[in-house]
Amino acid sequence: MSQNSQTPRGEMVKIMLNGAEVQADPYWSLLEVIQFYGIDIPTLCHDEGLTPYGVCRLCVVEIGSGDKTKLVASCMHPVWEGLEVRTHSNRVIKTRKTILELLIARCPSSKKLQDMAALLELKEVRFEPLNDDCILCGLCVRMCEEQMVAKAIGFAGRGTDRYITTPFDMNSEECRKCGACMYICPVCELRCQGPQADTVLCSGCINTEPVCAPDYGDAMCFMVPCLSCVKGPEDVK
Amino acid sequence: MTANESKLDSIIDEYNAEPGSLISILQDIQAEYNYLPEESLEYVAKRLDIPRVQVFGVATFFKAFSLKPKGRQQIHVCMGTACHVRGSKKVLEELERKLEIKAGDTTPDGEFTLETVNCVGACALGPVVVENEEYHGEMTPIKVESLLNSK
Repeated sequence: MSQNSQTPRGEMVKIMLNGAEVQADPYWSLLEVIQFYGIDIPTLCHDEGLTPYGVCRLCVVEIGSGDKTKLVASCMHPVWEGLEVRTHSNRVIKTRKTILELLIARCPSSKKLQDMAALLELKEVRFEPLNDDCILCGLCVRMCEEQMVAKAIGFAGRGTDRYITTPFDMNSEECRKCGACMYICPVCELRCQGPQADTVLCSGCINTEPVCAPDYGDAMCFMVPCLSCVKGPEDVK
Repeated sequence: MTANESKLDSIIDEYNAEPGSLISILQDIQAEYNYLPEESLEYVAKRLDIPRVQVFGVATFFKAFSLKPKGRQQIHVCMGTACHVRGSKKVLEELERKLEIKAGDTTPDGEFTLETVNCVGACALGPVVVENEEYHGEMTPIKVESLLNSK
């Protein structure tokens, strides 16, 4: 997924990834390099088949050295010779958690966000819950335009009034009801209806060691209390 | 049909039906009709060969564009900091009471549209009410009546 597949690949550049010197293709985005080397960072608005959008900011990483470091969204950031990247510095983890808190405050009912919170060991949400059903990640808009070539939905309004809609808020004749927007939506899927289904933060799996969300993936947790993830005493470190 | 296609054509042709000139085209349509009729947006999308939702997105993004018909007299009450501390809220409430509409609405007879704005750049004159581009400084609830009756 180079930005320009017609251009012959340039020479590989060397970057410092979490202190290790690695080679990277300058046509890749920083996120692609990080994922290529097997480092797991959370992403939400990123999808391999769609153009990067850089709105969820969860793929935030720290670049630069010394006093001159800054946080960037890695999915939109290019790679160059000598770039220093830290994917799990304290500053990055703190920022990532705050971003996730904001997202959860907006959509506490999303399974994807709740699973992510368990993985990041998010303990509290300090913001007032909005109980909205959209985080404006734009995945559905890009899916509709780029993969389905329908261009039936888009953003309307701006600022706090921004929302996703069809032209003139009416049934759109461009829409083929293919459902791709619902397929890709990260917040349409309801969260596990476990013991605390109405709290802002579920974090049911946070008490298990290890967190079961990555192993069970899309599986729902209905147990009260969740027992499927509890390992025997010999498994627990 | 509210929108006249030949009139729209002349506006669009002025910009060579360039999709990049969408905002300019919408501005000209807004100047012509005082608002953006839905049919005109559909027509613009068809002529410029861009998705309808893109035209809708631009039209709802900018506050200068309105999808609802506006009144012949547009009253903007400044609610910026300077006007606010000098009592613009009372002026707005008086206007709302006199016109029997809420901010953002148009009177049923299509005469007045009442809107709030956040600064008109005349803070020294606050509270400011702009009526069809005409600035009225140091407004008070008492002056509202003469403002409405002046036209």
